[in-house]
Amino acid sequence: MTPLRSMGIAALILTGFATVGTVLVAVTYTSTKDIIAEAQRAALEASLNQLVPADRYDNRVVEDQIEVVAPEWLGTDEPVAVYRARKNGQPVALFATPTAPDGYSGPIQLLVGVYADGALAGVRVLAHKETPGLGDGIDEKRSPWILAFAGKSLENPWPDAWKVKKDGGVFDQFTGATITPRAVVKATRKFLDYVRTHREQLFAVPPTAKGQLS
Amino acid sequence: MSQSYREILKNGVWTQNTGFVALLGLCPLLATSNSVVNGLGLGLATTLVLLLSNVAISLIRNLVRPEVRIPVFVMVIACVVTAVELAMHAFLPGLYTVLGIFIPLIVTNCCVIGRAEAFAFKNGVAKSAVDGMATGLGFTLALVLLGALREILGQGTLFGQAELLFGEAGRGLTLHVLDDYRGFLLAILPPGAFIGLGCLIAIKNVLDAHAKRRAAAKPAVALQEVQA
Repeated sequence: MTPLRSMGIAALILTGFATVGTVLVAVTYTSTKDIIAEAQRAALEASLNQLVPADRYDNRVVEDQIEVVAPEWLGTDEPVAVYRARKNGQPVALFATPTAPDGYSGPIQLLVGVYADGALAGVRVLAHKETPGLGDGIDEKRSPWILAFAGKSLENPWPDAWKVKKDGGVFDQFTGATITPRAVVKATRKFLDYVRTHREQLFAVPPTAKGQLS
Repeated sequence: MSQSYREILKNGVWTQNTGFVALLGLCPLLATSNSVVNGLGLGLATTLVLLLSNVAISLIRNLVRPEVRIPVFVMVIACVVTAVELAMHAFLPGLYTVLGIFIPLIVTNCCVIGRAEAFAFKNGVAKSAVDGMATGLGFTLALVLLGALREILGQGTLFGQAELLFGEAGRGLTLHVLDDYRGFLLAILPPGAFIGLGCLIAIKNVLDAHAKRRAAAKPAVALQEVQA
């Protein structure tokens, strides 16, 4: 057998397996795509309902979504998804996933819900790399600290008091970890500022619109 | 060099255990063994991948020429892992979130391509399937033992967050082994994984040495009795 012929056969074998493999992966992908999307929607809905009870709104929040780019307020250059809850067409609450860029070991991703009147429905941590045992107290599974945000707004406490106690504010810090709660408090406050100045636009833009709100 | 099914099982689960003896796939072993449920989840996913890739490679071993076998192994394993990843994402979304990057990283676990090259390419389908299962179960055993050790020491529980793997029914499975336990951080952090694995390997070596001594002692005792 000439070398050329043997190379050709080897190439054919590889092509054959690549084709079969691609078909198998494509079939799995198409048959699981909808189930995966549904599972992700359900998981998102479950975490949103932790902040705002499902009976407070009547639209499909997960589909009433826009994307905004607002680095100074949301802590990231990436587009951030904003979800709107409504009842009978009236604004009820906004959800978004702003980032606290100044965590102790990198950015902390939050989920924040704000009622239309400016009061916080609550804050949760979606992803973080804070030190286990110290900074990870921001995680609801580790400590109830993050639950204290529910009901707070820019009027309660006054904007000057939106700090951890060590800095003269009203929010607790953890023993041995001040930077992490400080970052979360700051990011939450910035998001409240953003909602206060952009509320009408955030509720008015039609779903799935992308781009910058000015 | 054909092995019996018994030998294949024993090698995979104990004698040549991926986690304790071959020390292959250390990265997922150390990283995901911070609780029993995480360890069991990744172990079962790896077992499924090993089983499917061993069967597939054994089936095609006569079609593939030796000079292109490695690229073919890589393709087969990559396809199997992708399919398993998509299936887990669809049917076990909670566990998928916890195990995260380690599911796609099964593709880089050297024990998968190692079994393909060392066993499945040279043996029949049935034996390759048993070998894949046994190797996977051995890896799962290592993950679960290390996970149990670290979970008890680190958090004082066993089977915490079992609902990720078994659905809502699993919520009751969580055992609080030590009540009012403050937690031992070192066991959860990476150093705990290394120390724990070291201890488990030491225990396995002691057990093996003990078994060997007993096996060696038996004929000697018989000989003494004869002389007496």
